[in-house]
Amino acid sequence: MPIQVLMPALSPTMTEGSLAKWHKKEGDTIKAGDILAEIETDKATMEFEAVDEGTLGRILVPEGTKGVLVNQPIAVILGEGEKISDIKAPAAPPARSATTESPAARPMTPAPAPSAPKPAPAAVIAGAAAARPIFAPAPASAPRPAPPSRGPAFARRVFVSPLARRLAEKSNIDLSCLAGSGPHGRIVKADVEAAMVRGPAASAEPTYPKAKIVAEAGNIPFTEVPHTNMRRVIAKRMTESMSHVPHFFLTVDCEIDALLKARADLADTKSLKLSVNDFVIRAAALALKQYPAANASYSDEAILRWSQVDIAVAAALEDGLITPIVKNADRKSVAAISAEMKDLGLRARAGKLKLAEFQGGTFSLSNLGMFGIREFTAVINPPQACILAGGVGEKRAVVKHDQIAIATVMSCTLACDHRVLDGAMGSQWLQIFKKLIEEPAALLV
Amino acid sequence: MADTSFDVVVIGGGPGGYVAAIRAAQLGMKTAVVEREHLGGICLNWGCIPTKALLRCSEINHLLHHLDQFGFSAKGITFDITKVVERSRKVAAQLSSGVGYLMKKNKITVFDGTALLAGKGKVKVTGKTDADLTAKHIIIASGARARSLPGLEPDGKLVWTYKEAMIPKEMPKSLLVIGSGAIGIEFASFYRNLGAEVTVVEVLDRILPVEDEEISSFARKSFEKQGMKIYTSATVKKLAKGANDVTATVESQGKSFEVKADRVVLAVGIVGNVENLGLEGTKVKVEKTHIVVDQWLATGEPGVYAIGDVVGPPWLAHKAMHEGVICVEHIAGLKTAHPLNVQNVPGCTYCMPQVASVGLTEKAAKAAGREVRVGHFPYIGNGKAIALGEPEGMVKTVFDAKTGELLGAHMIGAEVTELIQGYAIARTLESTEQELIQTIFPHPTLSEMMHEAVLEAYKRALHI
Repeated sequence: MPIQVLMPALSPTMTEGSLAKWHKKEGDTIKAGDILAEIETDKATMEFEAVDEGTLGRILVPEGTKGVLVNQPIAVILGEGEKISDIKAPAAPPARSATTESPAARPMTPAPAPSAPKPAPAAVIAGAAAARPIFAPAPASAPRPAPPSRGPAFARRVFVSPLARRLAEKSNIDLSCLAGSGPHGRIVKADVEAAMVRGPAASAEPTYPKAKIVAEAGNIPFTEVPHTNMRRVIAKRMTESMSHVPHFFLTVDCEIDALLKARADLADTKSLKLSVNDFVIRAAALALKQYPAANASYSDEAILRWSQVDIAVAAALEDGLITPIVKNADRKSVAAISAEMKDLGLRARAGKLKLAEFQGGTFSLSNLGMFGIREFTAVINPPQACILAGGVGEKRAVVKHDQIAIATVMSCTLACDHRVLDGAMGSQWLQIFKKLIEEPAALLV
Repeated sequence: MADTSFDVVVIGGGPGGYVAAIRAAQLGMKTAVVEREHLGGICLNWGCIPTKALLRCSEINHLLHHLDQFGFSAKGITFDITKVVERSRKVAAQLSSGVGYLMKKNKITVFDGTALLAGKGKVKVTGKTDADLTAKHIIIASGARARSLPGLEPDGKLVWTYKEAMIPKEMPKSLLVIGSGAIGIEFASFYRNLGAEVTVVEVLDRILPVEDEEISSFARKSFEKQGMKIYTSATVKKLAKGANDVTATVESQGKSFEVKADRVVLAVGIVGNVENLGLEGTKVKVEKTHIVVDQWLATGEPGVYAIGDVVGPPWLAHKAMHEGVICVEHIAGLKTAHPLNVQNVPGCTYCMPQVASVGLTEKAAKAAGREVRVGHFPYIGNGKAIALGEPEGMVKTVFDAKTGELLGAHMIGAEVTELIQGYAIARTLESTEQELIQTIFPHPTLSEMMHEAVLEAYKRALHI
């Protein structure tokens, strides 16, 4: 029987994606592991590998198609001896349906793990918080979530009647915005119908129609930059963070002359090329270890303090940003962190990070020092509770023993989720961090 | 002297009333039921249950006369109508005493008497027992009775209501049934299967008028094949009583003719029992012989509720029971309480062949502006039906073409009254056609037709 290839879910939150490019054309022989296509998700462009063998019988979704729903058939693979005529008219796959009538449509090809994203030329620069979904990092003691290849299993289960689900799909109502009035909070037809009456304004976030924005700007000329999935996710997540997470900011000046000296010594004696940021990652990790209240997330039931320190480091890409993660950073040396960051950075620029390498994290770090930014505030990346924003290390006049002296100073600003941390708590963490940065011996053991 | 102060007093011990009382007792409320005649009400004593006992006898009679189909032969098959009635009464009595047991088990006090609202939170009981009760909540479950029309008044001898029709002393040779709703058709079917000449007169243009049009016409053909005479769009103008028979003047489409029958059964509708309840002077509103209630069965008078037949159609025991539960759970403040969706109340008629349905008819769905997909499956295409020797019947489904919502299901044939609950569950769970298609129906069963009728709506039926 011809096998339908379904749109894979390449990340937990992925509900749809764009079919960026087909690597195979109709009639090509397909082996398991062959790259079939490139799928642009909300994070990156990823290559989609074949699981089944055969001949690519028909491409159902042409390349360049946007908004292809997860589990929608995108191609048909023919087995040995099968002909194109064996394919049962799936030419126009249902626009919004995760199930289809044909038995061949059963997802017999589990989506493969994302392997190698499209090269995305970009300088590694720091950015604000990253475009990642709400996805709580699992504590070290708990088993890690299932491999990302089973996207739908990740999604929070919404209890909804089949009819309500279909009505919501047809009227573009986001089920996650609805409260269910059925048994055990199940969303039923009446809830969706009520949402339809309320209209999208009530069920969704405020909208920014282009015409209105242009009019408000005074109808001046403009060019359009189409949204990438990454841009949409950044817009959604950062809006959500600034709207719902009560931020406050604490700034501290760190003198880094000792750190710079240690760095230079290591370069001389061990030929280690370490960046200031590598030391900052290490210092942040150790500070989190010493002060676990900042290594936490807010939940309705409780504050969750993570037993593992995973630092997400924001890196700019040409059309967005990504946050590669240094896992267990408190247990890694500066040299190890440095090596890992080089590798992650390279692969991030090449767009080749694996999902697990940029999803999660218990604390974020952003640095705009290379742009000469003295200090800035960053947007918290939920469900994390903190993001540290590092400025440029520059020589400043400081007062020491009532004398004006020259010191290399780096201003660091910690953004805190006030639901998790209070001002004194964030300050205590920063004190620990500052001490580690200014007396870097502790970082090197 | 029994205790007279209660959390809940239910007026009427029919299926709505006694179920409401049991649920109230389960929820820890001190509960009483006032019943003027028999626990179990009409349903148990003069309705659903005894008629089912009678219809079972008529089915057996039918089967005995078709034994040759199954390779049997028997001669001299007779029946004694008094014994048939006796059995029916025994069944009713057994179940009525069963309700008495349930009341005891749930520590519900039963007052034998007639209840009257006697001021805020007060109920006066008179009759076998006299008592002045106080109640935080009063639930009226007084039921309904047969409607009579001018010139068509029952006399209990020649012109019957359902009550006399279920306890005949002798078997009438011919019977005129006026009205072709569930009650009329069940009696018509019962007497026809016991050998009486039966004529049905219906004022509307089809029999079983609340059912889907296709079901009505299928039923009519079946009954006519069995030898029933059916006049639709017809009215009985006059009943002239003889010594032991009645001559009815029937008018249909401008023509007038006479129908002579030993007995007449009046089944021309139902009126609510709203009299002698002490509703006068309260804020309880009555419209067209029925008490007006909100979605939680509350009347206009605080603390007074009404459930079941007295609040209006569909006049069905299971609807009354459900309303009793909803009403009491709402009083108790249960979060799971949920208003009744009338579209989810199945309806059953135990004629031969049986008729059962839930939800909208095709016509009603279209009238409601729905674009529909309709599926059919005939009994003749079902293995189990053929094996049973019941090849007559069909299953029909009505889906919303846009959303796949199961709007209605309509069935006629053997055992459909036992099958309809499957579609009722599907509706309650808000299934679309996909869930029904994906459900595995056991083979060989009549239920497979329910699957096929769904498949057929989507042009996927397998066995037709």
